[in-house]
Amino acid sequence: MTLVESSAAELLGQLGAGETSSREITQACLDRTESHDAQVGAFLRVDADAALAQADAIDKRRAAGETLGPLAGLPVAVKDLLCQQGEPTTCASRMLENFRPPYDSTVVAKLREADAVLLGRTNMDEFAMGGSTENSAFQPTRNPWDLKRSPGGSSGGAAACVAAGMAPLSIGTDTGGSIRQPSAFCGVVGMKPTYGRVSRFGLVAFASSLDQVGPIAGSVTDTALLLDAIAGHCERDSTSLDVAKPNYLQDIDKPLDGLRLGVVTEHFGKGLDPEVESAVRAAIAAYEGQGAEIVELSLPHSKHAVATYYVIAPCEASSNLARYDGAHYGYRTEERAMLAQLQADRKAAQEAGDEQALDDIDTALVRMYRQSRSEAIGPEVKRRIMLGAYALSAGYYDAYYLKALKVRRLIRQDFDQAFEKVDLIIGPTTAAPAPELGQFDNDPLGMYLLDLYTVSANLAGLPAMSLPCGQSKSGLPIGLQLHAPPLEEARLLRAARMFEQSGAWETKRCEL
Amino acid sequence: MYTTVIGLEVHVQLATKSKLFCGCSTAYGAEPNTQTCPVCIGMPGSLPVMNEEAVALAIETGLALNLQIAGFTKWDRKQYFYPDLPKGYQISQYDLPITHDGWLEIEDPKGAFEPKKVRILRAHLEEDAGKSLHDEAAGKGDTLIDLNRTGTPLLEIVSEPDLRSAAEAKAYLTELRLLLTYLGVSDCNMQEGSLRVDANVNLHIPSDDPDAKDGKIATPIVEIKNMNSFRAVERAIEYEAERQHREWKETGRRLGQSPKQTRGWDDAAGVTRAQRSKEESSDYRYFPDPDLAPVAITAAEVDKVRERLIELPAAIRQRLVADYGLSLYDADVIVNQGRPTVDYYLTVADQSGDNKLAANWLTQDVLRTLKSQEIGIEQFAIPADRLAGFVKKVSAGDLPSSRAREVFDAMLDSGADADAAMESLGITQVDDSEIDALCQELLAANPKVVADVQGGKQQAIGALIGQAKKKNPNIDPGKFRQTCLELIAKG
Repeated sequence: MTLVESSAAELLGQLGAGETSSREITQACLDRTESHDAQVGAFLRVDADAALAQADAIDKRRAAGETLGPLAGLPVAVKDLLCQQGEPTTCASRMLENFRPPYDSTVVAKLREADAVLLGRTNMDEFAMGGSTENSAFQPTRNPWDLKRSPGGSSGGAAACVAAGMAPLSIGTDTGGSIRQPSAFCGVVGMKPTYGRVSRFGLVAFASSLDQVGPIAGSVTDTALLLDAIAGHCERDSTSLDVAKPNYLQDIDKPLDGLRLGVVTEHFGKGLDPEVESAVRAAIAAYEGQGAEIVELSLPHSKHAVATYYVIAPCEASSNLARYDGAHYGYRTEERAMLAQLQADRKAAQEAGDEQALDDIDTALVRMYRQSRSEAIGPEVKRRIMLGAYALSAGYYDAYYLKALKVRRLIRQDFDQAFEKVDLIIGPTTAAPAPELGQFDNDPLGMYLLDLYTVSANLAGLPAMSLPCGQSKSGLPIGLQLHAPPLEEARLLRAARMFEQSGAWETKRCEL
Repeated sequence: MYTTVIGLEVHVQLATKSKLFCGCSTAYGAEPNTQTCPVCIGMPGSLPVMNEEAVALAIETGLALNLQIAGFTKWDRKQYFYPDLPKGYQISQYDLPITHDGWLEIEDPKGAFEPKKVRILRAHLEEDAGKSLHDEAAGKGDTLIDLNRTGTPLLEIVSEPDLRSAAEAKAYLTELRLLLTYLGVSDCNMQEGSLRVDANVNLHIPSDDPDAKDGKIATPIVEIKNMNSFRAVERAIEYEAERQHREWKETGRRLGQSPKQTRGWDDAAGVTRAQRSKEESSDYRYFPDPDLAPVAITAAEVDKVRERLIELPAAIRQRLVADYGLSLYDADVIVNQGRPTVDYYLTVADQSGDNKLAANWLTQDVLRTLKSQEIGIEQFAIPADRLAGFVKKVSAGDLPSSRAREVFDAMLDSGADADAAMESLGITQVDDSEIDALCQELLAANPKVVADVQGGKQQAIGALIGQAKKKNPNIDPGKFRQTCLELIAKG
């Protein structure tokens, strides 16, 4: 088995035994990226020299017998939405093309503390808005299983780089399914932790009440390893939960006794791809084979989840993205050209004697905002800003935003009631395997429906994860999704590991 | 005649060491952009963390203003684009302010208006914006942004439209500022922008129009922004009342027939000017800030703040009138000087035993000295216990009041106590037998005076006082007069 085929846990073992070095592992990841990322496009930036320097430093400390962090020497790829000091943090947007944060996000700081090697920055949908990683301002990412297809999104780069063996571990973010959906499409494991479990400090906000950082990896154990390194209370994030963090690796191999699994009627309705359904049903049967009790249940408000999400998320996004106005940082329109145009417009209106037009001409300030934002923000992000600004505006707030908040509470109540009867909820991550690139070019609503099964966890603040449970006839991965009550990440991981160990489906790496 | 109806919005900078949502300093006057961090300038990925001291100061102010303290309050985003607003929104409080429904009592010792309770609708917390510095020198149109002030905690205190004149508005602001400085929740320095005022003004004009409510017609409300002194507030309100009356006579336009207008006060020109409607037609799209958890305030937390609440100006005024027998006017003068002066007065009064005389010396000679020396009571050369010793002597007649001023000046110059000052001036106690002898001597030498007094002209004694003082400068004129009158009466 080559280094890029090994799991993170295996690599840690080899590092500990002195069978390999961080430099070798890092170099192997860099080589793999070098040879294949031109096709896949998972990374926006890889700084090979910096990564190797970090790897060398860790190797040196290991050789000196120093105590090292839990990820010592392992390369980790980071979604370009998490601030890394001095490194471009672009959010795959022209707006932040030149932005270099003067601070590390808490998650990046924790990765450094864990002695991980920061490999590079992965591609994504602009500001994490989208479900296909085609909305990146710089490049699309392709699904390594089938380069004609999308890896999903918005953490498409983060999922694809793990699937393609370019990194054993990567960090994604999940606002409506952005970790789980691409993990399902790329055949890897990804988890959205409980809201507040992982610090959002330094995570460039899309929708603050929904965003959560989480791990993506090739196996359940690796996922636990990475979650263990990044979770925990953070004083710089007011929404961070002030509770002790359990050790996620400790009991991961112990199967759960008397497991009650909820199967949601609404998850198996119209629109579910038959191949996905049969793979998920097989997974459920595998759990039954391990003694789990299957409980049919209903989440009656889940049918409103996508609509609710597409009110709340754009509202918050319209507000969070207002800071990109061209005044403080990021992109600013070319001032000279703008002022010249302004003067020309004014002159034209004056000559035409068009008082109304003259009156409607923006001030230089307003025009700077408008031009900067129009030029630097992509169409999907603009669409959501418009949706959000509309839904929050006077006269519409009650009908949209407030109503959505109420439905959100009902969705959470559905889960609370369900978790009185079951330990976990099991179902598909996505309705179908990875779509083709370009499929949603003229169908934004179609793309929004990719989030059908994933958005509820974000609205309810619950932890949920996706793991591979099969393949379509055309060889595309199929994802199984598990939901747990708040803060039950350990339960989620143990249950996922049960499936992984059952032998019902062997996780495979894609051929490139 | 019409009634002017005024409601005030007062923005007060709270005296916290650090900003509302980060650890940056709030000190005034630093080099631009030196007191900023990723959080207060809204850099991508940064998150606010609430300053608990600001919340405590808001509760303290709320208690002092008789406001209800909310058990549950939250943060909202108020969205608008402006270069000095780095996040594109201001974190404020919208529908659930931290305090609401209280009042502040105002009273004019000169009786210009009846004492009244001005209702306060709410006082909510919010962060301040930055400052735009327009550099138009040498034909440049540059605007520079200073974000030092961004994120400074403000308490916005919103009154009901209960004020009826510029004088009442000024009294309200004066009392509010006094109360806030007593509490120490703000330094209220208007030059540094620690206290800023917006006024909402309209008129109620009596009318027999059938549509007039309670026989009155209301003019459209105008919000006057950007006032940086109490004098400006007074002048702006007076100007605006006249302007609205003029406009109403010309147009007859009433409340509801045109949108609320925002006007700016031009202090130099002494006029309010309409601001561009484009800049004020706002839809702030308020919604709860998802980065900040709502705040639950328990009764125990409120009690903890209540414990540190000190005696407020109104209560001290009342105490000085009721327990110290001062006139409301004197009490007002002392209280308006601030808490250190009150403490000074209380020491002088208590130790001298003469409340009224203590007040007279404080409100006249002491305050005059402070003013001319441009110092505060803390720097005053005569400590309270020394002034008390002095007042006690004057009160007991041990120091003739005619020479008290000399002694006071000597104490001021040398820092000595009353005894030492008197000694240095050669002022000694004149005993009764000496006065008696002097009276007999001078009455004998001036039979006309004796005759005049016997004829009912008591003031004739005055002619002898000068002579008496020449013979013995320590003589107390009052005592001398009294003794002479008694001798004449005895015959």
